[in-house]
Amino acid sequence: MNALKDRTAIVGVGETNYNRDSGRTEMGMAVEAAKNAIADAGLTPQDIDGMFRFTADSTGHSELAACLGIPWLRYYGELGPLGGAACGLVTQAAMAVSHGLANNVLVFRSVNGRSGARYGSGVVTTRRGQKSSAFTEPYGLLVPGQSSALRFRRHMHEFGTTERQLASVALTFRKHACMNPRAIMYGRPITLEDYETSKIFFDPLRIFDCALEADGACAFVITSAESAADMKQRPVYISSATQCMPAEQGTSIRSWDDSGGARMAPELFGEAGITPEDIDVIGFYDHFSTVIITKLEDYGFCARGEGGPFVEEGRIEVGGQVPVNTSGGHLSEAYMQGMNQIIEVVRQLRGQSYAQVQDAEFGLVDSGDGSGALVLRG
Amino acid sequence: MTTANFPTPIPNLDNQVFWDNCREGRLVLRRCTDCQQFAHPPKPNCPFCASENLEWVESKGQGKVYTYTITRQPVNPAFRERLPWGIVDVELAEGVHMISNLVDFDPERIEIGMDVAVVFEKVDEEITLPKFRAI
Repeated sequence: MNALKDRTAIVGVGETNYNRDSGRTEMGMAVEAAKNAIADAGLTPQDIDGMFRFTADSTGHSELAACLGIPWLRYYGELGPLGGAACGLVTQAAMAVSHGLANNVLVFRSVNGRSGARYGSGVVTTRRGQKSSAFTEPYGLLVPGQSSALRFRRHMHEFGTTERQLASVALTFRKHACMNPRAIMYGRPITLEDYETSKIFFDPLRIFDCALEADGACAFVITSAESAADMKQRPVYISSATQCMPAEQGTSIRSWDDSGGARMAPELFGEAGITPEDIDVIGFYDHFSTVIITKLEDYGFCARGEGGPFVEEGRIEVGGQVPVNTSGGHLSEAYMQGMNQIIEVVRQLRGQSYAQVQDAEFGLVDSGDGSGALVLRG
Repeated sequence: MTTANFPTPIPNLDNQVFWDNCREGRLVLRRCTDCQQFAHPPKPNCPFCASENLEWVESKGQGKVYTYTITRQPVNPAFRERLPWGIVDVELAEGVHMISNLVDFDPERIEIGMDVAVVFEKVDEEITLPKFRAI
């Protein structure tokens, strides 16, 4: 069943600036990002009749509608849990538009993720010893990076993946961020020596391997392929969209080193009618650098165990085989829970990136650790 | 080694027996009486065949370190007085994995494949945590 292929398009993208202390409400930032996305599409707020948001967001649909002067929404929705919702929201918006439930859908995320509650400290994600967390948190497994570290240590053991290979990911994304004035780390290059002498958070992950918690907001507008043809920007078509939910990790049916990407890939590429070789640019949800190595394997860009050499050989750099996170990603642009990866890939497919990949036609984006992915076509 | 400041397990009806046994120095696992598979953490049914016919079986309490990580920065206030902090994923002989800590062992010496055996560490009158020692 190929229900969504190229029937909808992302026609507007926008964001606030990204920083560490916005001094603004999350609602105020949501308004700015939404206005920017709507204007980018050449629409007015009154053209928006559908809205999707992260369940974790503090800004409600009706609140944002009221701020933007949208009297009512024909359709709305939201998606949890926590950070992995972005691609799933695009999937929902594409379904709503392709079934006529809404014409122009706004998807947004606004978060004071650095000056407010910080994901990296576990304050957002811990469950205080309830249910399955009774078997992990009492042992000090409290923050998301520790789980990624457990998984990557095993990858190193099984495949000989090295810390130097892990460093390539952080260094590559920092290099990309230094090409992107929107990135928090713009103008702040790092060397291998900087990396190797930096703080280790959870062995083997260093500070540069962790998402850059940030304040900011992102938004985009999705409409039908027919409407998109007449809009201000070149449409970026949603060729394939998945919204998935892997079983709880650390249980008997899903180990700490099983990710969802490998399960999504056949459907994702199959529905778009392409293979990984057709992908020109990638926006991976990089809450930690480690997942870049495993996601390249999961989605079939290299064989299992070969992700380390793949990144070390420069294949994910702009100018390489398949550039990944050309805005700097979560590690060096800002941690916007996957929304900024979608925006960057849209810009790449329009030919508007600061780190433009020549003739980029197909882009891959994913969210969380296997909770959704998109194939976008320019 | 103290566990103060880390969350304490909140038992529920699906795992109370696990914690009751820990308090008495026994590590027990859920096994399905239909498909015979072990599962952990305890759930209301078998995750492999969905059966609700489950029994509690005492584990030999022996396994190997499958993977580990050492926390070296106070990424959460609970770590302030206890760094470096080693966390291990132990693969028990029965095939299930458990997150835990190694007691009386230098975290810097943890290695994948190490043989470990269960020990019990009392937290309070209700809760005793299964942990592991190197053997």
